[in-house]
Amino acid sequence: MKLTLRIWRQKGPQDEGRMVEYELDDISPDASFLEMLDVLNERLITEGEEPVAFDHDCREGICGMCSLVINGTPHGPERMTTTCQLHMRKFKDGEVIDVEPWRARAFPVVKDLVVDRSSFDRMIQSGGYITAPTGTAPEAHSVPVPKADADHAFEAAECIGCGACVAACPNGSAALFLGAKVTHLGLMPQGQPERWDRVVSMLETHDEAGFGGCTNTGECTVACPKGIPLDVISNLNRDFLKATVGGKKK
Amino acid sequence: MTDTFYEAGDPVVDTQAPAGPVENRWTTRKFEAKLVNPANKRKKKIIVIGTGLAGGSAGATLGEAGYHVIQFCFQDSPRRAHSIAAQGGINAAKNYRNDGDSVHRLFYDTVKGGDFRSRESNVHRLAEISTQIIDQCVAQGVPFAREYGGLLDNRSFGGTQVSRTFYARGQTGQQLLLGAYQALMRQVDAGNVELHARHEMLDLIMQDGRARGVVVRDLITGEIKNYTADAVVLASGGYGNVFFLSTNAMGSNVTASWRAHKHGAYFANPCYTQIHPTCIPYSGEHQSKLTLMSESLRNDGRVWVPKKGGDDRAPGAIPEDERDYYLERIYPSFGNLVPRDIASRAAKNVCDEGRGVGPGGQGVYLDFADAIARLGRKTVEAKYGNLFEMYERITGENPYEVPMRIYPAVHYTMGGLWVDYDLQSNIPGLFVVGEANFSDHGANRLGASALMQGLADGYFVLPTGLGDYLARTTGLDEVSEASVSDAEERVRSQVDKLLSINGTRTVDSFHRELGHIMWEYCGMERSDEGLRKALELIPALRKEFWENVKVTGKGEELNKELEKAGRVADFLELGELMVIDALHRTESCGGHFRAESQDEDGEAKRDDEHFSYVAAWEWGGGETKPVLHKEALEFEYVHPTQRSYK
Amino acid sequence: MAVTGAILVGFLIAHMIGNLKIFLGASDFDHYAEWLRTMGEPAVPRRTVLTILEIVLGVSVLLHMWSAISLARRARAARPVKYQGKKKSNAQGYATHTMRYGGVVILLFVIWHLLDLTFYAVNPKGSDATPYDRVVADFDASRWYITVWYVLAVLLVGLHLRHGIWSAFQTLGLRSPRNNNALRGLAGGLAAVVTIGFIAVPISVTFGWVS
Repeated sequence: MKLTLRIWRQKGPQDEGRMVEYELDDISPDASFLEMLDVLNERLITEGEEPVAFDHDCREGICGMCSLVINGTPHGPERMTTTCQLHMRKFKDGEVIDVEPWRARAFPVVKDLVVDRSSFDRMIQSGGYITAPTGTAPEAHSVPVPKADADHAFEAAECIGCGACVAACPNGSAALFLGAKVTHLGLMPQGQPERWDRVVSMLETHDEAGFGGCTNTGECTVACPKGIPLDVISNLNRDFLKATVGGKKK
Repeated sequence: MTDTFYEAGDPVVDTQAPAGPVENRWTTRKFEAKLVNPANKRKKKIIVIGTGLAGGSAGATLGEAGYHVIQFCFQDSPRRAHSIAAQGGINAAKNYRNDGDSVHRLFYDTVKGGDFRSRESNVHRLAEISTQIIDQCVAQGVPFAREYGGLLDNRSFGGTQVSRTFYARGQTGQQLLLGAYQALMRQVDAGNVELHARHEMLDLIMQDGRARGVVVRDLITGEIKNYTADAVVLASGGYGNVFFLSTNAMGSNVTASWRAHKHGAYFANPCYTQIHPTCIPYSGEHQSKLTLMSESLRNDGRVWVPKKGGDDRAPGAIPEDERDYYLERIYPSFGNLVPRDIASRAAKNVCDEGRGVGPGGQGVYLDFADAIARLGRKTVEAKYGNLFEMYERITGENPYEVPMRIYPAVHYTMGGLWVDYDLQSNIPGLFVVGEANFSDHGANRLGASALMQGLADGYFVLPTGLGDYLARTTGLDEVSEASVSDAEERVRSQVDKLLSINGTRTVDSFHRELGHIMWEYCGMERSDEGLRKALELIPALRKEFWENVKVTGKGEELNKELEKAGRVADFLELGELMVIDALHRTESCGGHFRAESQDEDGEAKRDDEHFSYVAAWEWGGGETKPVLHKEALEFEYVHPTQRSYK
Repeated sequence: MAVTGAILVGFLIAHMIGNLKIFLGASDFDHYAEWLRTMGEPAVPRRTVLTILEIVLGVSVLLHMWSAISLARRARAARPVKYQGKKKSNAQGYATHTMRYGGVVILLFVIWHLLDLTFYAVNPKGSDATPYDRVVADFDASRWYITVWYVLAVLLVGLHLRHGIWSAFQTLGLRSPRNNNALRGLAGGLAAVVTIGFIAVPISVTFGWVS
């Protein structure tokens, strides 16, 4: 395949950054998107140029490290697929492809296509857990969990923390990420004691980090490679209202 | 002959495992271990490298216990460690199915599965702890699969006849890791864990023969920093990426372990490599990694190839009586559920006979037609839906209609830094947990046991031995300037050297070539001739690397090429040690199959008389040969038999 | 947003029902207009209830706008560097993306509408005429452009409601997978009813069905 890439190059956080055009020949349609970038980078290195920096690790769609807004869509055109699992057969020969980093104040660009997503960690840190010191756990079967709850919790817990929801959101909101964690833990019986504190604290951290507010556009759920449903945002809102207006948070 | 590639050293002994009945040893050790006064814990600093299942659970537990933990990972978040990719499940001897499972049976299965190359004491402890892990994870809110009654569901996994594997759809590793990660982040919030993401450990700071800190590179700014502590814990994972193509993450590396090895930590059983039988086959030169399909697929999928070689009909067009369901034929009692090494080698054998399928004949079918007919598409979808989708995304083929094609790929490394029963290496103060150590799986790991071992080490085992060390090691001197600057200097000069070579070949091209050598000569089947060839090729490649590698950019910035170059430099040394280990072990066992050591049916032949030991290698200093220290293995409870899964 | 939006939706429905009285004839319509002012009499003086309602509405509109503006400002701040390529929208459809500029247009319309039929500043008839006459004069066929403007604005209101009503349930945490289709139906249905109900009057006047 022949391709024209227009890639965001930015030397560092202070640099302005700009789109740079690269021509590629002879890309296998069986290559993944990142393998196509590997080929570009090998060429750049042998030509003595700086390769394009991008984040990636597991390359099997689960670690959440890869990102990239491809032709205006986070993780590219294929639904329910991370960039690392996107294959070039989904593109047309001769296509022009724009590649940009996630763009959000809470995800500042580090270099080229690499962004800093530590704001997600800070949100988890502020309450996205169940307090269960090692060794204190009761026998696993002492609390049955209805299968429907466990399954629903799992679906929310599938979030890989990639940040595509934020990249896709016209408001730059992380409500889907937040809602997924609040829903996962809020559905488990073990998550009940901290439920109301958790939602308030995590939402405060979300706002402090500079994410925008949710206006229910639904862009996030479509961009989410794990298909986390919008319901989690409804749950987030309900728990937040119950905790604050409803006075559940003590 | 042997002396030409290694030196024999003194035997090494694990002095920490208590004597007595195997079922009492862990209890005895926990009681005998000295405790650190709670008031003193705050003053004890512990460095943890890595945030996977072992590192994450260790950091969370040690932080909770009150120690001051300083933790590092090279990824942008601790949640991204490669444990996250484990699909299938985690074993535990809960016997919820009332199918005859017990701690003793899990112990027995694991020792046998490891082909009698692991320590009975360690494995028994692992089996005992397995049940606590499930309790712990459930308490953290891990959404395990449940039955309609609300109780935990189980499934069976390769190598066992009981149903003891707990799972969360095909993403068990993800869910367990997120549990550990969340517990860790709670400790970060509490101020007990100081977390540094995007930092890579590049050297160990030693003083008076003890591990006292690390030198790390901040991967964003390129700054070389040092951190000192009372003990260092390596939880940096396995070294499967020495093969370039493996199921490991792109960043998985041996650097932390290897740099510790160069300070004297023994590297044990490096040649024990697990090849996973169910991966998506290689598709071309661009390939950067191989993707694993969970072994749980073998529960319902049937493995076959055409009976005739060169049969290039579409799979659906091959009639039933012209198919060879070779695993069911050769191993009637275990069938498609034989252990990984056996399944992998069987696949290689049929492909070597020219009966492989797909491009290049490097694949076998894994067929769900029968399962779909028996269980219905819905049930199959509920069980394996996400795996089928993943397969379709990568290959463009629909496994509900066309059988999957699978081929073995490097997946896990049983070898790792040598540790005693307390998980302490032979360097005092240096502890090693999870895949990075060698301890529990012997020559072959059973499915769903990696998650078990990682969490057992981090949550339950490490705190005991580490506490004992810290309680006994009082009055250590402050780490001196000189010790720190020595280590920093080593790191700086290596970085400078890599940047200054400015040759003509990319780091990846060296890595790919090394991987090719390793797969060809030190892969699924190893021979004296091939290994000796590798022993010529690897040093030559290493020499070329140090003369001709091209690393662009500077040291004082985010420089992914520089990161890779440092890791590949270590793989180039490790690869040689793996070959030496494989060459010296002339028996076949578990994940190490020597062509010279097989029976008339082509089954692996162990040599207990000569090789019932752990091979712990001491770094020879580069110019001189590595030194072999043997730790004898004794089997009081599970008597070595030739494995038979027929 | 959701709470003030709900108040405004309630108002729209009541307003629409009132408007439709025009089809019952001039006296019914004028009588209704008069009743609005005498509501609550004699317990309270003339126009008390109406004024209270107007205040509630005014405050709701202001709060609704304030929420919208602060969300928009947060959104701008949350993405200081814009996407260089064309950012694709993949979700939900047209209504969702008209909320912000649609809201601004609706605001302009409301101002015009107040000047027209509350303060009579842009109405062909003045305060001496009856409400019925003012409406009929307003949408006279010769002033077709006023009718077009009115219809376009109401269509935008409809779009606004179609997303807004569903979105309000989501914001209040009242939406679930089980009631999602029902809520979509409710939002779509209400939006359609309100749109048709409001458009019916000017169209009927312009085409001479009401004169």
